[in-house]
Amino acid sequence: MTTFAALGDPTRLSLVRRLGRGSRLNVSQLTSGMGVSRQAVTKHLAVLHEAGIVSRTEAGRQTVYELRGEQLAEASEFLARISAGWDRALERLRAHAEEG
Amino acid sequence: MSERPSQHEGTQSVVRTVVLHAPVERVWRALTDHREFGAWFKARIDQPFEVGRTQTGGMLEPGFEYYLWSSTVVTMDAPHRFAFRWPHPRDPHARSYEGEPTTLVTFELEPVPEGTRLTITESGFEAIDEERRAASMRENAQGWEIQAQRIAAHLGA
Repeated sequence: MTTFAALGDPTRLSLVRRLGRGSRLNVSQLTSGMGVSRQAVTKHLAVLHEAGIVSRTEAGRQTVYELRGEQLAEASEFLARISAGWDRALERLRAHAEEG
Repeated sequence: MSERPSQHEGTQSVVRTVVLHAPVERVWRALTDHREFGAWFKARIDQPFEVGRTQTGGMLEPGFEYYLWSSTVVTMDAPHRFAFRWPHPRDPHARSYEGEPTTLVTFELEPVPEGTRLTITESGFEAIDEERRAASMRENAQGWEIQAQRIAAHLGA
């Protein structure tokens, strides 16, 4: 699954936000206040893991999840480039439309 | 500007808003007349924009003439909303981009005292897989760099 597809779900996006800023969290911590079941969270984490967005480590009987930066950096750089392209196209549209 | 997620796709999108000092009707024409669109976008677009129709043509960027123009109009709601899908090809040198993943480009126009507030949303990037995204990134990086130089020249810098 692609990074974008993995992120194209509100629950998964919330999980990624929670794991942001270097947090290392287990499934219980990630489920708390999420409004979806523990099983659902586990399933979403599996998708994020498969897409390489999170890593998981066994800590005793717990599985701890952590964000991996590279995939997200690549995805956000791609979108940044598209944005920059539109910015430049818009400046040309501005000149075109405002001139008459 | 308020989000209208139902008209866009997925959660991975690029959104840009600008205020243009021109009336909505003028901006609408610059966007939906295929010749005018081509003039500012630097593309040759061979067919008029019509809902359900596909336009073909080519980019006019020097060095990027191999890049095809391809769009399929989804919405034309004058003078407020214009949307088309276009491909992000894995190989821009291909002679057809059919079957390549597409994103949805939406232009929304809103009258404001200064003229027109235009919001461009490109959405649906979920469709593009890693390999294509990497290729698309390389192409875009080169393409936009050249466009930036042209704008600078155009502005008399």
